[in-house]
Amino acid sequence: MVVVVQQADFDLNQEYQTLIEGNQTDGAVVTFCGLVRDFNQGHEIIGLTLEHYPAMTLKALEKIEAEARERWTLGRVTIIHRVGDLDLGDQIVFVGVSSRHRKDAYAASQFIMDTLKTDAPFWKKERTTTGPRWVESEMR
Amino acid sequence: MIKILFFAQLKETLDCCELELDGDGIAEVKDIIELLSQRGVVWAKALNAEKLMMAVNQDLAKANTQVNDGDEVAFFPPVTGG
Repeated sequence: MVVVVQQADFDLNQEYQTLIEGNQTDGAVVTFCGLVRDFNQGHEIIGLTLEHYPAMTLKALEKIEAEARERWTLGRVTIIHRVGDLDLGDQIVFVGVSSRHRKDAYAASQFIMDTLKTDAPFWKKERTTTGPRWVESEMR
Repeated sequence: MIKILFFAQLKETLDCCELELDGDGIAEVKDIIELLSQRGVVWAKALNAEKLMMAVNQDLAKANTQVNDGDEVAFFPPVTGG
Protein backbone atom coordinates (compact mmCIF):
# COMPACT_ATOMS: atom_id res chain seq x y z
CA MET A 1 0.00 0.00 0.00
CA VAL A 2 1.26 3.46 -0.89
CA VAL A 3 -0.61 6.46 0.52
CA VAL A 4 1.06 9.84 0.01
CA VAL A 5 0.14 13.49 0.49
CA GLN A 6 2.66 15.72 -1.24
CA GLN A 7 3.16 19.06 -2.94
CA ALA A 8 5.21 17.55 -5.78
CA ASP A 9 3.76 16.22 -9.01
CA PHE A 10 3.60 12.48 -9.75
CA ASP A 11 4.44 10.44 -12.81
CA LEU A 12 1.65 8.18 -14.08
CA ASN A 13 3.98 5.67 -15.70
CA GLN A 14 6.17 5.42 -12.63
CA GLU A 15 3.11 4.80 -10.46
CA TYR A 16 1.85 2.20 -12.93
CA GLN A 17 5.23 0.43 -12.77
CA THR A 18 5.02 0.37 -8.97
CA LEU A 19 1.66 -1.40 -9.28
CA ILE A 20 2.85 -4.07 -11.75
CA GLU A 21 6.56 -4.62 -11.04
CA GLY A 22 7.12 -8.20 -9.85
CA ASN A 23 3.36 -8.58 -9.46
CA GLN A 24 2.35 -11.75 -11.29
CA THR A 25 -0.82 -12.50 -9.36
CA ASP A 26 -2.84 -9.53 -10.59
CA GLY A 27 -4.31 -9.48 -14.08
CA ALA A 28 -5.95 -6.07 -13.85
CA VAL A 29 -4.80 -2.52 -13.08
CA VAL A 30 -7.10 0.49 -12.98
CA THR A 31 -5.65 3.98 -12.59
CA PHE A 32 -7.40 7.31 -12.13
CA CYS A 33 -5.98 10.84 -12.35
CA GLY A 34 -7.84 13.98 -11.26
CA LEU A 35 -6.80 17.28 -12.89
CA VAL A 36 -7.35 21.01 -12.43
CA ARG A 37 -9.96 21.98 -15.02
CA ASP A 38 -10.60 25.42 -16.47
CA PHE A 39 -14.22 26.05 -15.50
CA ASN A 40 -16.08 25.15 -12.32
CA GLN A 41 -19.40 26.20 -10.75
CA GLY A 42 -19.66 29.12 -13.20
CA HIS A 43 -16.17 30.50 -12.64
CA GLU A 44 -13.18 30.73 -14.96
CA ILE A 45 -10.21 29.24 -13.18
CA ILE A 46 -6.55 30.27 -13.27
CA GLY A 47 -5.38 27.74 -10.69
CA LEU A 48 -6.12 26.48 -7.22
CA THR A 49 -4.69 26.03 -3.77
CA LEU A 50 -5.33 22.83 -1.88
CA GLU A 51 -5.51 23.13 1.89
CA HIS A 52 -5.61 20.06 4.12
CA TYR A 53 -5.64 18.93 7.74
CA PRO A 54 -2.13 17.45 7.86
CA ALA A 55 -2.59 15.32 10.98
CA MET A 56 -5.74 13.72 9.53
CA THR A 57 -5.26 13.37 5.78
CA LEU A 58 -3.01 10.29 5.78
CA LYS A 59 -5.13 8.62 8.43
CA ALA A 60 -8.31 9.28 6.42
CA LEU A 61 -6.80 7.93 3.19
CA GLU A 62 -5.46 4.82 4.93
CA LYS A 63 -8.91 4.19 6.38
CA ILE A 64 -10.48 4.45 2.92
CA GLU A 65 -7.89 2.04 1.54
CA ALA A 66 -8.56 -0.44 4.36
CA GLU A 67 -12.30 -0.22 3.73
CA ALA A 68 -11.78 -0.95 0.04
CA ARG A 69 -9.70 -4.01 0.92
CA GLU A 70 -12.52 -5.31 3.11
CA ARG A 71 -14.99 -5.08 0.23
CA TRP A 72 -12.92 -6.34 -2.69
CA THR A 73 -9.98 -8.67 -3.30
CA LEU A 74 -7.17 -6.26 -4.11
CA GLY A 75 -3.48 -6.56 -4.80
CA ARG A 76 -1.69 -3.23 -4.67
CA VAL A 77 -3.26 0.14 -3.92
CA THR A 78 -1.71 3.57 -4.38
CA ILE A 79 -3.33 6.87 -3.40
CA ILE A 80 -1.49 10.15 -4.01
CA HIS A 81 -3.06 13.52 -3.26
CA ARG A 82 -1.30 16.80 -3.91
CA VAL A 83 -1.57 19.93 -1.73
CA GLY A 84 -0.49 23.54 -2.14
CA ASP A 85 -0.61 25.73 -5.26
CA LEU A 86 -1.61 24.04 -8.53
CA ASP A 87 -2.07 25.44 -12.02
CA LEU A 88 -4.60 24.74 -14.74
CA GLY A 89 -4.15 21.22 -16.12
CA ASP A 90 -2.02 20.06 -13.18
CA GLN A 91 -2.57 16.62 -11.73
CA ILE A 92 -4.28 16.67 -8.32
CA VAL A 93 -4.92 13.08 -7.36
CA PHE A 94 -3.88 9.57 -8.36
CA VAL A 95 -5.60 6.32 -7.47
CA GLY A 96 -4.19 3.03 -8.72
CA VAL A 97 -5.53 -0.41 -7.90
CA SER A 98 -4.37 -3.85 -8.99
CA SER A 99 -6.39 -7.03 -8.57
CA ARG A 100 -6.72 -10.51 -10.02
CA HIS A 101 -9.75 -9.48 -12.09
CA ARG A 102 -10.91 -6.15 -13.51
CA LYS A 103 -14.25 -5.96 -11.70
CA ASP A 104 -12.64 -5.56 -8.29
CA ALA A 105 -10.09 -3.03 -9.58
CA TYR A 106 -12.78 -0.88 -11.22
CA ALA A 107 -15.15 -1.00 -8.25
CA ALA A 108 -12.44 -0.35 -5.66
CA SER A 109 -10.90 2.60 -7.52
CA GLN A 110 -14.33 4.21 -7.90
CA PHE A 111 -15.10 3.61 -4.22
CA ILE A 112 -11.77 5.13 -3.16
CA MET A 113 -12.34 8.30 -5.20
CA ASP A 114 -15.98 8.64 -4.11
CA THR A 115 -15.11 8.23 -0.44
CA LEU A 116 -12.08 10.50 -0.70
CA LYS A 117 -14.40 13.22 -1.97
CA THR A 118 -16.68 12.98 1.09
CA ASP A 119 -14.33 11.92 3.90
CA ALA A 120 -10.76 13.14 3.30
CA PRO A 121 -9.99 16.59 4.74
CA PHE A 122 -8.88 18.52 1.64
CA TRP A 123 -10.32 21.88 0.53
CA LYS A 124 -9.90 23.59 -2.82
CA LYS A 125 -9.59 27.36 -3.06
CA GLU A 126 -9.74 28.46 -6.67
CA ARG A 127 -7.95 31.42 -8.18
CA THR A 128 -10.50 32.71 -10.71
CA THR A 129 -10.59 35.66 -13.11
CA THR A 130 -12.91 37.38 -10.60
CA GLY A 131 -10.82 36.64 -7.47
CA PRO A 132 -10.27 33.72 -5.10
CA ARG A 133 -13.17 31.51 -4.00
CA TRP A 134 -13.58 28.35 -1.95
CA VAL A 135 -15.09 25.49 -3.92
CA GLU A 136 -18.53 24.50 -2.66
CA SER A 137 -19.06 20.81 -1.99
CA GLU A 138 -21.52 19.17 -4.35
CA MET A 139 -21.43 15.86 -2.51
CA ARG A 140 -24.05 16.22 0.19
CA MET B 1 -7.11 21.03 27.80
CA ILE B 2 -8.85 20.30 24.53
CA LYS B 3 -7.23 21.53 21.32
CA ILE B 4 -9.69 22.97 18.78
CA LEU B 5 -8.79 23.44 15.09
CA PHE B 6 -10.59 25.18 12.22
CA PHE B 7 -9.95 24.80 8.50
CA ALA B 8 -10.71 26.39 5.11
CA GLN B 9 -13.64 28.86 4.92
CA LEU B 10 -14.43 28.30 8.58
CA LYS B 11 -10.91 29.35 9.60
CA GLU B 12 -11.31 32.55 7.57
CA THR B 13 -14.82 33.30 8.81
CA LEU B 14 -13.76 32.95 12.45
CA ASP B 15 -10.31 34.46 11.81
CA CYS B 16 -8.96 31.66 14.00
CA CYS B 17 -7.13 28.45 13.14
CA GLU B 18 -6.55 27.05 16.61
CA LEU B 19 -7.53 27.52 20.25
CA GLU B 20 -7.57 25.59 23.53
CA LEU B 21 -10.46 24.98 25.89
CA ASP B 22 -10.55 23.77 29.46
CA GLY B 23 -11.97 20.24 29.38
CA ASP B 24 -14.28 20.86 32.37
CA GLY B 25 -17.94 20.52 31.41
CA ILE B 26 -17.16 19.15 27.97
CA ALA B 27 -18.44 15.62 27.36
CA GLU B 28 -19.41 15.68 23.69
CA VAL B 29 -18.56 17.72 20.59
CA LYS B 30 -21.85 19.59 20.88
CA ASP B 31 -20.74 21.01 24.25
CA ILE B 32 -17.82 22.66 22.45
CA ILE B 33 -20.15 24.06 19.79
CA GLU B 34 -22.41 25.47 22.51
CA LEU B 35 -19.52 27.01 24.40
CA LEU B 36 -17.91 28.61 21.33
CA SER B 37 -21.28 29.85 20.05
CA GLN B 38 -21.30 32.23 23.02
CA ARG B 39 -18.43 34.12 21.39
CA GLY B 40 -20.88 35.98 19.15
CA VAL B 41 -23.17 35.79 16.14
CA VAL B 42 -20.37 34.93 13.69
CA TRP B 43 -19.26 31.94 15.76
CA ALA B 44 -22.79 30.79 16.54
CA LYS B 45 -23.83 30.89 12.89
CA ALA B 46 -20.66 29.24 11.54
CA LEU B 47 -20.56 26.44 14.11
CA ASN B 48 -24.24 25.62 13.75
CA ALA B 49 -24.15 25.42 9.96
CA GLU B 50 -26.08 22.40 8.73
CA LYS B 51 -23.20 20.99 6.70
CA LEU B 52 -20.44 21.56 9.26
CA MET B 53 -18.09 18.57 9.54
CA MET B 54 -16.11 17.62 12.64
CA ALA B 55 -13.38 15.24 13.73
CA VAL B 56 -12.17 13.98 17.10
CA ASN B 57 -8.53 12.87 17.18
CA GLN B 58 -8.41 12.93 13.36
CA ASP B 59 -11.44 10.66 12.88
CA LEU B 60 -14.70 11.99 11.44
CA ALA B 61 -17.16 12.61 14.27
CA LYS B 62 -20.69 13.79 15.02
CA ALA B 63 -22.13 16.28 17.51
CA ASN B 64 -22.74 13.48 19.99
CA THR B 65 -19.22 12.00 19.73
CA GLN B 66 -17.53 11.79 23.13
CA VAL B 67 -14.65 14.15 23.90
CA ASN B 68 -12.02 13.66 26.59
CA ASP B 69 -9.40 15.93 28.08
CA GLY B 70 -6.32 16.00 25.82
CA ASP B 71 -8.31 15.32 22.64
CA GLU B 72 -7.93 17.24 19.39
CA VAL B 73 -11.26 18.38 17.93
CA ALA B 74 -11.48 19.91 14.45
CA PHE B 75 -14.31 21.73 12.68
CA PHE B 76 -14.44 22.27 8.92
CA PRO B 77 -16.73 22.80 5.94
CA PRO B 78 -17.64 19.89 3.64
CA VAL B 79 -14.44 18.59 2.06
CA THR B 80 -13.70 19.29 -1.63
CA GLY B 81 -10.59 17.28 -2.46
CA GLY B 82 -10.06 14.86 -5.30
